[in-house]
Amino acid sequence: MKDVNGVALGVFIFFFLAVTVMGFLAARWRRAENDQSLDEWGLGGRSFGTWITWFLLGGDLYTAYTFVAVPAAIYAAGAAGFFAVPYTILVYPLIFTFLPRLWSVSHRHGYVTTSDFVRGRFGSKGLSLAVAVTGILATMPYIALQLVGIQAVLDVMGVGGGENTNWFVKDLPLLIAFGVLAAYTYSSGLRAPALIAFVKDTLIYIVIAVAIIYIPVKLGGFDDIFAKAGEAFSQTNPVTQAPRGALAPAEKGQWTYATLALGSALALFMYPHSITATLSSKSRDVIRRNTTILPLYSLMLGLLALLGFMAIAAGVKVTNGQLAIPQLFEDMFPDWFAGVAFAAIGIGALVPAAIMSIAAANLFTRNIYKDFIKPDATPQQETKVSKLVSLLVKVGALVFVLTMDKTVAINFQLLGGIWILQTFPALVGGLFTRWFHRWALLAGWAVGMVYGTVAAYGIASPTQKHFGGNAKEIPGIGEIGYIGLTAFVLNVLVTVVLTFVLKALKAPEGLDETRPEDYTADAGDPGVQVELPPATAGAGH
Amino acid sequence: MSETPEVRPPVVTPVRVIIALCLVAPFVAMLWVGSYAKTDPAFIGIPFFYWYQMLWVLISTALTMLAYQLWQRDQRARKAAAGRDEEAAK
Repeated sequence: MKDVNGVALGVFIFFFLAVTVMGFLAARWRRAENDQSLDEWGLGGRSFGTWITWFLLGGDLYTAYTFVAVPAAIYAAGAAGFFAVPYTILVYPLIFTFLPRLWSVSHRHGYVTTSDFVRGRFGSKGLSLAVAVTGILATMPYIALQLVGIQAVLDVMGVGGGENTNWFVKDLPLLIAFGVLAAYTYSSGLRAPALIAFVKDTLIYIVIAVAIIYIPVKLGGFDDIFAKAGEAFSQTNPVTQAPRGALAPAEKGQWTYATLALGSALALFMYPHSITATLSSKSRDVIRRNTTILPLYSLMLGLLALLGFMAIAAGVKVTNGQLAIPQLFEDMFPDWFAGVAFAAIGIGALVPAAIMSIAAANLFTRNIYKDFIKPDATPQQETKVSKLVSLLVKVGALVFVLTMDKTVAINFQLLGGIWILQTFPALVGGLFTRWFHRWALLAGWAVGMVYGTVAAYGIASPTQKHFGGNAKEIPGIGEIGYIGLTAFVLNVLVTVVLTFVLKALKAPEGLDETRPEDYTADAGDPGVQVELPPATAGAGH
Repeated sequence: MSETPEVRPPVVTPVRVIIALCLVAPFVAMLWVGSYAKTDPAFIGIPFFYWYQMLWVLISTALTMLAYQLWQRDQRARKAAAGRDEEAAK
């Protein structure tokens, strides 16, 4: 077992305690008189302005796992891992077009989840259930991966990483971290991650700004870094008999690169946690304004990705790529600042984990519990169920990480991305048109899910027999592309064809409870403010 | 796009075409990987492939901001034209 880095650990614990206190105090922050509704616990009273939403969305989308995995992908293979940057570039023009409509219709009708909207729009509990289950399934492994992020940091600090300590001592730090997280999420709801996100993002920006200047200076500039990285990538990998990677994607990798960027961009705002953060904002304009300031995070992500090259140039040698960046920080920074960096990653895991568990809990409560188990549930009961489920979801993720191999969580997260993309036609399609038939959407979803799962299962890599990657030959085109996007195209084709068929057969359409003007309503319009809890609507900072 | 009744302004206007172009441009630039999959010219030692995409973060931000401004103006004009006055929900 390696030595514990005492100074780094001390700084880490300091920040961890600070956000814990904040998490519990958050329950009192901007509290409304009626705090028993799901709008309060699960959406922070739908009261967040531009900057809180910005921190919340940023804290939510750019997770600890992102910070560890993106540079790790660069460290492993070079250019191919950089697709995260075009991916996040494409997200914002995309959501600019549809997210404000979702905000408006959700406020008019009190929708808390995307499934609420799908049910209201298409009058189909089956379709709504499909969307809800997909959301929960895709979110669970994502929460588990946040734990993997914390574990990576703890390992590098020399805490709990030893092979011969017993499992309880080994996992104790992680258990404590998650116990605390679960407790304040339970008591404060979405307000806790919203408040903690300020600390998380501030730390992350400081660490990236320092890292991107300090480390290249120590390593002799970007010229040297990329020269060394290029050399490392040209070495032949003994297992695959191919070069390790490249500084720019070769001809045949370009389709993969583009389809991964596009498919991931389409998928991001289908995730329940993205929508939860979106719906917590107080006006339509907050959303649109955020699409213009959120790209600041993309810039940070790009700089962060470059750390992968620095890890190579600095001679960081790790068998588990996930440890490359924490190890780089440990090697390069003075102890106290390494502690700050580790705290940034650790807290970076807590914010999304909290929001994800709240989002999954809301889906369960609204679209499974209320729709199928107890239709007459009161708002108080809804909130209670949601709180309990948020605990269960986290315990599930913890068990997942502690009992199964890390690669299982990663495989499921990969599948989750493919799955969640299959809800796009029902959600975004539904926001713009009522033309699609509900049964056609359900069939399209099923085809996309099955194709995506089977295709991902069939991919072998040198280290794994199944789920060895996320790209495969696109049928009919012959290039290697992201499975999720191929499944999505199949999904849309099936939906369109079946809609024509079902319309010709005059299959029953289901009731649409929304009206065209609902999609452009803004705060202050009649029927929007009314549904907000009165004390929240006017609450200041 | 279908024709709307004569009282309303047309759905497709030059301003809206510009907004659409602002939003579509990043997709064209980023999905055309072949246009930037090379290492030269480097910028302060960073290969072209990387700094070009990071530059596009800034370009797409500027384009989205422009689209936002134009959209705000478009909506205000339409609301004024419709005789309603419920903007300024600040």
